[in-house]
Formats: sequence, structure tokens, C-alpha cells
Amino acid sequence: MQGELIKRACELLEDGTVNRVLGWQKGQFVYDITPAVFTSVEDVKEHFVYNDFCADNLSKYLIKESEKEGKVLVFLKPCDTYSFNQLQTEYKIKRENVYIIGIESYGKVDVEKLRQRGIEGITDIENVNGTLKVSTIYGEEQVPAYEVMLNRCLTCKSKKHVVYDELVGEDGEVVADSGRFDMVEKLEKMTAEERFNFWRGELSRCIRCNACRNVCPACTCEKCVFDNPNSGTQNRGARDSFEENMFHIIRAYHVAGRCTDCGECSRVCPENIPLHLLNRKFIRDINEFYGEFQAGEEVGQMSPVAAYTEHNDVEPSIVQKGGAE
Amino acid sequence: MSVNENKPYEPKIIAFCCNWCSYGGADLAGTNRLSYPANVKIVRVPCSCRVNPQFILRAFQRGADGVIVCGCHPGDCHYSTGNFHTRRRMALLFSMLNFLGVESARTRVEWVSAAEGARFKSVMDSFVADITKLGPNRRLEDIRCKEN
Amino acid sequence: MIYQAALADLDQILSLINGAEKVYIPAETAQGEANFTEYKPGLKLSTKLNTLRSAKDFFFPQIQPLAKFRREGKKIEIIDHRKESEDFVIFGARACDVRSFKVLDNVFLADPVDTNYQTRREHATVVTLACTRPAETCFCGSFDIDAAKPADGDARAWITGDSFYIEPLTEKGEKLVGYAKDVLKEGGEDKVEEQVEKTRTILAKLPLAELKPVDNREKELELFNSPKWAELSSHCLGCGACTFVCPTCQCFDINDFDSGHGIERYRCWDSCMYNDFTLMAAGTPRLTQKERFRQRFMHKLVYYPIKNDGMYSCVGCGRCLKKCPIQMNIVKVMKTLEEDA
Repeated sequence: MQGELIKRACELLEDGTVNRVLGWQKGQFVYDITPAVFTSVEDVKEHFVYNDFCADNLSKYLIKESEKEGKVLVFLKPCDTYSFNQLQTEYKIKRENVYIIGIESYGKVDVEKLRQRGIEGITDIENVNGTLKVSTIYGEEQVPAYEVMLNRCLTCKSKKHVVYDELVGEDGEVVADSGRFDMVEKLEKMTAEERFNFWRGELSRCIRCNACRNVCPACTCEKCVFDNPNSGTQNRGARDSFEENMFHIIRAYHVAGRCTDCGECSRVCPENIPLHLLNRKFIRDINEFYGEFQAGEEVGQMSPVAAYTEHNDVEPSIVQKGGAE
Repeated sequence: MSVNENKPYEPKIIAFCCNWCSYGGADLAGTNRLSYPANVKIVRVPCSCRVNPQFILRAFQRGADGVIVCGCHPGDCHYSTGNFHTRRRMALLFSMLNFLGVESARTRVEWVSAAEGARFKSVMDSFVADITKLGPNRRLEDIRCKEN
Repeated sequence: MIYQAALADLDQILSLINGAEKVYIPAETAQGEANFTEYKPGLKLSTKLNTLRSAKDFFFPQIQPLAKFRREGKKIEIIDHRKESEDFVIFGARACDVRSFKVLDNVFLADPVDTNYQTRREHATVVTLACTRPAETCFCGSFDIDAAKPADGDARAWITGDSFYIEPLTEKGEKLVGYAKDVLKEGGEDKVEEQVEKTRTILAKLPLAELKPVDNREKELELFNSPKWAELSSHCLGCGACTFVCPTCQCFDINDFDSGHGIERYRCWDSCMYNDFTLMAAGTPRLTQKERFRQRFMHKLVYYPIKNDGMYSCVGCGRCLKKCPIQMNIVKVMKTLEEDA
């Protein structure tokens, strides 16, 4: 697929449709791929890469890129297209400055999962029909790709591109039985104390590096309350368990109704905290309280958190009835 | 300050009351000489939808054992739609707090009009009773603020 | 003098040391990573290459209360949180992490001495565990760190097959070995040398084995003005993941928290990648991510060496290579700057 993408990128650069390409750049290993903007055909041919490790959601970068002059070509996986639509809904992206090539994706590989299996010293990884052949300085290993996929890909909600100018590969369908709420449901069934202990165990590891916030395509505030010395809530590191909770509740709450469940927050967390569960809880509640809603499905959707109905909305006391105590 | 072991537990309650209805309700309770528990500290807000989720978290941080948001009855908002927003926002926030293991009874939304002095009293009575039963807020506390 | 024991006796050795001083060892977490954990009998030493969080936490924790101020009437009472640390043992830190203590020493033990740091440093005994299975992200060799035969620490140790070897390097190290003298026997030099050679062969095969930092101390301004920074930093998200997992990053911020009963003054790690880093009344001196990004790597590769006789503020542990959300890291920066030099 990489060859196809490079070919199309070069063609579009050459015929002047776009003046630059937002894609992925090779690193020093097979997996350490960096988002990058390419401005010339030579550049694309030499450095562009697309493989099992191109996990970055490039929509976030379009906030800045689409402000610049000329059209930019971007490659979006199905999950990234939802973020794109959502950003467009919020007037953060100039659609006319973007040319989207949708690319099919069967899930990206999590190198951390390989490492957790004790596979170290990786020199090359090749995907042969769904089996990863991992060459290391200690020998060869074989791992089925689905066993080491990013968690978010294991519960993929949709393989359908909701926006594109052209497609490379096939367009998929929304996955009805993704099972993405399974863990949320499992937690809901626990007692309040068990849930509390679960989240203390997770959130107390937070080092407040802000990677989850900064990578999030929905986190687009010019100045975050947690960075603002005048907000009274600024903090750099949690001095207390309260501040850990506070940051993560507000982070998730502020993107509620706008979060497309792209899963970048959990992917980038250096401490592997399942942050997406907080976002999914909001998504699940919204679906249950106010009807099925998928942020980013269409441009111009009204967020259920900003909307209301006069007579049919649930009362906040619904919380007392639901969820184990 | 020394803690008196024999003193019964007195919870601290923060009540966010909208200026037009619930605060009037509290006022009416006062003029009617209906006493509500002294544990309740009222913060007057222009509309219940002024209550940012951070207000609620910060109230807990600063030592509240329970937080209640009071506004006009749905449909009666002085600003027409403010409390419709409150209703959605608080439902989601409370559900999240519950998800994190915070006891759901610690937070509540009640609609109290300016004519409902007696209702204001009964709401506060029952909320204080609930929180007293629950005991001190431990799961969303900031120990720095609890020291003496 | 090298001492040896069966690997099966390691738990007993740790127990004996633990009887005298608190011991921290890398142990596996529920998430399948390793982190330093207080030793309790039976706790297993992780076989992971390195801990997720660096060992700098021991001396320079993320959050450290400094003082408390309380006011009564017109009097202000100041409560100093500083206290003498107890003796403790860091057992099983890797050579890179142990070298990072030297990098931190140059900052915190230089005048004015940071007493919080000093007391912990003085009371710590560090046992460096030689690496046997380095990863592709390792490049400690670039900074003249020998992972096969660590030179730093109070004692160095090896684990090969089913044997454990330890060699004290300082008085503290001797004392530590003394705690477990009932289990440890002298000897094992040849076995250790064998393992050292084996590890060195692997180290030479690592993809980053050839990476050598260029001494750029003379070219400070030239590098500062290099056009490469714009491209390198263009996709940096401005999060602090690299700085917080880094064993040598030492910037901190001091904040006051008004608890309603008084003021709590504490210090916490800060990151030069944040847009409010060194924020002053007049604003921030580094307006875009380019300047912040440049600051981080110039500090590690140029400014720090200028002040510290050419010592780099990087130990090649590879944590930032693993944890950066967009996989931009010091190795890529070094390689790009090299092209310039």
C-alpha cells in the first residue's frame, strides 16, 4: 500500500492539486515513525512511509496545516476521518485547504505489546499475511499481528471513512459489535469501592506529562485551565490524589460529546493508563441518556452536551438509580 | 483546633442556588422561619447552568462532603433554557463521578422555585441526612485542605 | 573482590540487606512494566531491561513539599519539611540510570547545594546491575557508559544463568555486601568476565552502537541558529513525556498551594516542552514549540557540556525513544545535527 500512497502523493504534488503532503516519515527503526510534512516529490519518495506503525491521527495537525496557504494532502485512516469531521464542525479546519485520501486500515501494531512479551532488540518487523516476523538481535520471533494490536484497534468502532476525496483500498463498514464498551460495563457492575480502587490504581500512575491532552484532536483550547496560572486550577504535577482525579475528569468531560473515540489518549500514555475508558463512559452515557450519537459522523452535528430537550431529558438523579453502589 | 471525639459528625454541604428561584426559595424559607440545617452553605449563582463541573470538584477539594445544585424548575428558567443545560451537564458529571467510585449520593440536583420555601427546607433536610449517613468525603478529598 | 551466590539465594540476600536498610528493586507491575518497588520478602526482581520511570525519582521526586506557612494573627509560622533521609538501597538500577545520578549531582550538589537532594543522595547505596539483554533503543555506549561492566554505583552486580555476582566499589558497597556475607562466597571473576565479553559483543551489534555525540561546545551559536530546528520540532506536540521519563531532566518549578489553612510550598518537575515553562511577568521567552524543543536538546547536548567539562546530559537509556507519542527523540536530533557539523 505504501507504494500506492507514494505514487498518488507524487501525482498530486506534480499536477499542482496540493503543494504539500502530510504523512508519516521513516525513523531509524521500523516502528519509530514521525508525522511529517513533505513538500517535494523527492522528499516523498525518499522518506514517506506507511506501515503497521503509522498510528498517529493526523487530523490534529490539520488545525495548523489547513491555516497555511495552499492545499495540503493528508492520509486519513477511518478513525481519523471522524476527528476530521468533528474538527470541521468546530470550525477548526478549513476543508477547502485539505485534500483527503482515505486509507483502509486493519489496525496498527503496538510495539509496547511486543516488548511486554519479552521481545527486545527489534531490528525489523515484517507483516506476512497477518503474522509479524520480528527480527531481533537475539533471533527471530513470530507473533500473530492481532495479538499485539493497539487496544483501540481491537475494539475498532468503524472501518468506514466518513469523509474523503479519494480512497486507496476498500471502504469498510461501521462495526456494530465492536465490544468497545465491554470494559466500561464491567466497571459499572463493580461496587463503588472496587471502581474507586481500580481508578486509584490507574490514575495514581499519572505523571502529568499532558501527552493525552496534547495529542487529542478534540483538545484545541488556546490555553488550558491546567496551564493557566489565573484559573486557580493550574497544576504541573499532582500533589494529591484529588488533583489526579480532577485533571482526568475535566480532560474527559471537556471533550464529552466531541470525542470521536479515536483512542490516541491511551495510545500515547507513557504509563499505559486506559484513559479512553473515561471518554467511553461519557459516550456510553450520552448514547443511553440522549440517544445514539457518534461524534464526527457528519459535519455540523450538534453535540448532545450542548443540546437539550425540554421534556424528555433524564434527571441527574438517574445516576442514583444506575451503577452499582 | 482539636477534634472533639464526642461531637457528632457534622457534614459540610455546598449548595449552588440560582439567583432567581432557589435562592429566593431559601430566602422564603428564612422569612417563613423554616429552619434548614446550618451545614448548608449557599453559593449564589446567576443561573444553575453557571455551575461549571470544576466548581463541584473544587467544592469537594475544599472540604465539602456533599454538593447540591439548585435551579428553577425546567421550563421556568429566568434565561429560558439555562437549567436544561444544567440537567444534561450534571447528569453526565455525576455519572462520571459515580464511575470513578465516588458515592452518587454526594451530589444532587434539585429544582426549587422562589415560592417553595418549604420544599427548600425539606430538600436540604434530606440531603444533609443522606450525607450524614454517608460520612465524610474520602474519595474526592484533598488532604492538604483538611489539615488544621 | 567479586562475591557470588546462586540466583535462587538472591531473595535471601535481599532479605538480609532489607533487615538493615530499606531496599528498592525493579519489580513487575500489573501492567507488565517494571518499576522500583519497596522490597518485601518474596518480591521478584524484574527481568525487564529497565524500569518505566527512571531512578531519578529517588533523589529528585516529581513532587516534593518544601515548606508550609501558617499565619496566626500577625505571626507567620514557617514549617520546614526537610529532614534527614534514612539509609536505603537502590538495588538493580542499570548503568545508564546510575550515571544519570552524576549528571544530577553536577546540578543539585553544586553551590548552592540542594539539601533535599543531598540528604537522599548521601544515604543511598546504589547497586548497579549489568545488562545482559540490551535493546535496540539503548545507546549508553555513546556516552562512554559500559552496560556490561558498570563503573558507577557503590557496587555492581551481574546475573548470569543461575548465578548472581556482586562486586563492591565503595565503602558503602562493602558494607552492603557485609550484610549478606553469610550467603555470598568469594570468587567468580572468570564467569563474570565471560559474561562481560558476551554482553559487549551484543552491545557492539546494537543499531545505535555507532552513534557518537559530536563535541559541539565551540559551535553553540551556530547550532542555536540552525534551520534544522524548525523541521525537527514541527510535529512536536509539546507534551512533557520525554522530560518526565528522562533520567537526567532536572528542571523544576516551585508553586504555592493555598489550602485554606495556610500555604504549602512544593516543587514539582517542570518541562521545557510546556508553553508556560519559565513564564515571567513579561511573558515567556520561548514563544513557539521550536524554541522550546531547541532548548531541551541544546541543554542536553551543548549547554550542559559547556558547564560540565564536556559531560552530556543524556545517558542513552532509550526511554524517550520508547515513550514519545510522535517518536521524535534525541537520537534523531543528534543525527540531524551531525549532518550539520
